[in-house]
Amino acid sequence: MTPIIHIESLNLYYDQFHALKNVSLDIPEKAITAFIGPSGCGKSTLLRTLNRMNDMIPTTRIEGSVLIAGSEIYGDDVQVEMLRKQVGMVFQQPNPFPKSIYDNVAYGPRLHGTKNKAELDEIVEQSLRQAVLWDEVKDFLKRSALSLSGGQQQRLCIARAIAVQPQILLMDEATSALDPISTLKIEELVQELKDKYTIVMVTHNMHQAARISDRTVFFLNGEIVEADDTRTLFSTPRDSRTEDYISGRFG
Amino acid sequence: MIQRREFDQNLEDLRQLLRQMGEHVEHALTDSITALQTFDADKAKKIVERDIILNQMEEQVMDLGSRLIVTQQPVAKDLRRIIVAFKISSDLERMGDLAIDIAKVTIRLEGQTLIKPLVDIPKMAELVVTMVQESLQSYLDENTDLAYKMAKDDDEVDHLYSQIIRDLYAHMVEHAGELQQAMLLTLVGRYIERIADHATNIGESAVYLVTGHRPDLNQ
Repeated sequence: MTPIIHIESLNLYYDQFHALKNVSLDIPEKAITAFIGPSGCGKSTLLRTLNRMNDMIPTTRIEGSVLIAGSEIYGDDVQVEMLRKQVGMVFQQPNPFPKSIYDNVAYGPRLHGTKNKAELDEIVEQSLRQAVLWDEVKDFLKRSALSLSGGQQQRLCIARAIAVQPQILLMDEATSALDPISTLKIEELVQELKDKYTIVMVTHNMHQAARISDRTVFFLNGEIVEADDTRTLFSTPRDSRTEDYISGRFG
Repeated sequence: MIQRREFDQNLEDLRQLLRQMGEHVEHALTDSITALQTFDADKAKKIVERDIILNQMEEQVMDLGSRLIVTQQPVAKDLRRIIVAFKISSDLERMGDLAIDIAKVTIRLEGQTLIKPLVDIPKMAELVVTMVQESLQSYLDENTDLAYKMAKDDDEVDHLYSQIIRDLYAHMVEHAGELQQAMLLTLVGRYIERIADHATNIGESAVYLVTGHRPDLNQ
């Protein structure tokens, strides 16, 4: 698989705290990569470096390189808004805007200049279809997004993220606030989305990583211990620390 | 880790169940050969009666292993421990059945006398009992070297089996009236040879448990 993200010797500090230590990693295109590891291991921090969400924390210092599709995202001339169009994100808690379902999905395309109503209608429908939400909401597009269930809200957030046609979709524990049925729907959706998008997900649910990801990366104390095909990592991990973690011996 | 205490205990329970099954098979095989050598049909019948214990232990392994898969969702070596327990218990149960098949030969020959002293069959059985012990030990100790060493003995078992077939066929040609007993004794050789194959399967499971890769020790 071709890497779309190439991370080289990345170090990240929150003030004095060394949160990511010399991380190098290739993330393949149009596949699902899962980051696992105990709390505070750096997996969410690395995820947030991929669309420069850490820029918002003033004490953050980053060394090293992150190339997305061959371009350095920490270059001086990088427009962070354009980067975040290219690299979308879905969070742990569904966070729809207090607007209509339609306006939630149309928000990004409008921001990036799409004004034509027919064009917006098409984007909204296609995005909701891809997020497997269209059939449930097509007759209530003007209804408030906040009237949807938690699982529907999360799929709406996915629709909103893909409405601007990103290359990469980051998911930060995107199912941890959902019930098992909603979780299953999101997992199935994510597996369909990987045909079009590169998906990088942080999950505390190891079995979710085992179920749906193609590659798994195990983090410990800010370092990558092991990155491998998911099937290999969960059957014959190379490092005993990986085996101990996935077997529930710590973390 | 507190949350693993029960799981680790259950995995140990599985291991102990397999140890007990192995000991049961070892006794069944040794007793079935002794019963044949001494033409002791009563002893043979007792072996047949005891088989239910082995079947019950296999069911216990299946029940406990299934429960652990459902409740603990094991991965990596933990999962292999359970997969291997299923496979080994099935091999041991088959070995127990084969020991019974030997005992049933003794029961069928009740009232007869041996057409010739048994030489190679006890020798083969002795070798196979060692293989059964070593295969189980390789699993219990996770000792892959012992598994490979044990599997090599299978060649000698095959050699002895060929020898038994040759001798008994020659006997049948010369003593047509003793055909039935000679046929049954060749079957005993076949049963012992099959037990050795199951022992090498257990060796393969031991290697799989440790390495995650299943070798072919039956070559």
